Amino acid sequence: MPIAKTHEMHRRRLGRNLGVALLLAAFIAVIFGLTVVKISEGTFTPPHQEGT
Amino acid sequence: MTDTSLQPDRSAAEAQFGDYVALLKPRVMSLVVFTALVGLLAAPVGVHPMVGFAAILFIAVGGGASGALNMWWDADIDARMRRTRRRPVPAGRVAPEEALALGLALSGFSVVMLGLATNWLAAAWLAFTIFFYVVIYTMWLKRTTPQNIVIGGLAGAFPPLIGWAAATGSLALEPWLMVALIFMWTPPHFWALALFMRSDYDDAGVPMLTVTHGRPATRAQILVYTVLLAVLAVGTGFTTVGGPVYLAVAVVLNAMFLKGAWAIWRRDEARAEADDYRVEKRFFRLSLIYLFAHFGAILAEAGIDRMGLSVGGL
Repeated sequence: MPIAKTHEMHRRRLGRNLGVALLLAAFIAVIFGLTVVKISEGTFTPPHQEGT
Repeated sequence: MTDTSLQPDRSAAEAQFGDYVALLKPRVMSLVVFTALVGLLAAPVGVHPMVGFAAILFIAVGGGASGALNMWWDADIDARMRRTRRRPVPAGRVAPEEALALGLALSGFSVVMLGLATNWLAAAWLAFTIFFYVVIYTMWLKRTTPQNIVIGGLAGAFPPLIGWAAATGSLALEPWLMVALIFMWTPPHFWALALFMRSDYDDAGVPMLTVTHGRPATRAQILVYTVLLAVLAVGTGFTTVGGPVYLAVAVVLNAMFLKGAWAIWRRDEARAEADDYRVEKRFFRLSLIYLFAHFGAILAEAGIDRMGLSVGGL
């Protein structure tokens, strides 16, 4: 008998962990997309150029 | 021995990912997403699709956050109502503190991210909307006044304004007309629900109009608000938001809505109970179509304008 028997609780935890992982991956993709757009549109001002 | 055998009861209460999604009230979120999208696209300033997508995403997250905070505060009421007792907090799948933490974290996250992605005017309006829904509506008005739905409905009305602000960085008459449309639509929509979910609000002790002023008064109020809504909705057709497509949709749907409200007003409880609130349920379903169709028509008008088309000289 395996020491760690798969249980309903493990299945739920796996589901939660996968959900969080997918959300984080999607968030990274959104930030990356926004960064590309803002830099290519020229609307982003790097901090050291502010006020110059 | 495994951890599961040590804690046999925990598995029943262990939340699934879907429980956290349910905390964000995905069905309400769909209304927020759609109306905010219309506000964003109806604005005269073009937005890069990626920025527009991010704006709608963060507005939706903000709406979800206020839903989680609402479920944290209202867990006692939710447990007593048939419609809401299976929600994650009253059902015991998510701890109230978890709902509070998720709501607060997502509120801050959504406001900051919307500000960074678009502008701080939109972010400020999102923050105000969350504050209004959670503090003014949920914590204060909902349990103290039968006008809870009327004033609290303002929170659900703000998304198109936030969408507009995200696109333009400013405000104008047009988004306020969209806000007014949702604001006036909310009372008849919720009071119809309160009529056929009759024992729910009584059991929970929420001072809905049906409980405090009686059901005939609620039927009369539905008609009054529907008449005011019809004037506003059709009148909007003659502003820059409207146009021939919008006007056609508004005339047809407001005629149907007025007919429904009139039928509700004419009925008494005995007749409503005899047919299991058929008219009230139909009016409630129509109210959902009503709002989506009006905003769909505003979107269509914006599309027509953008393509440089004009129909019928309007």
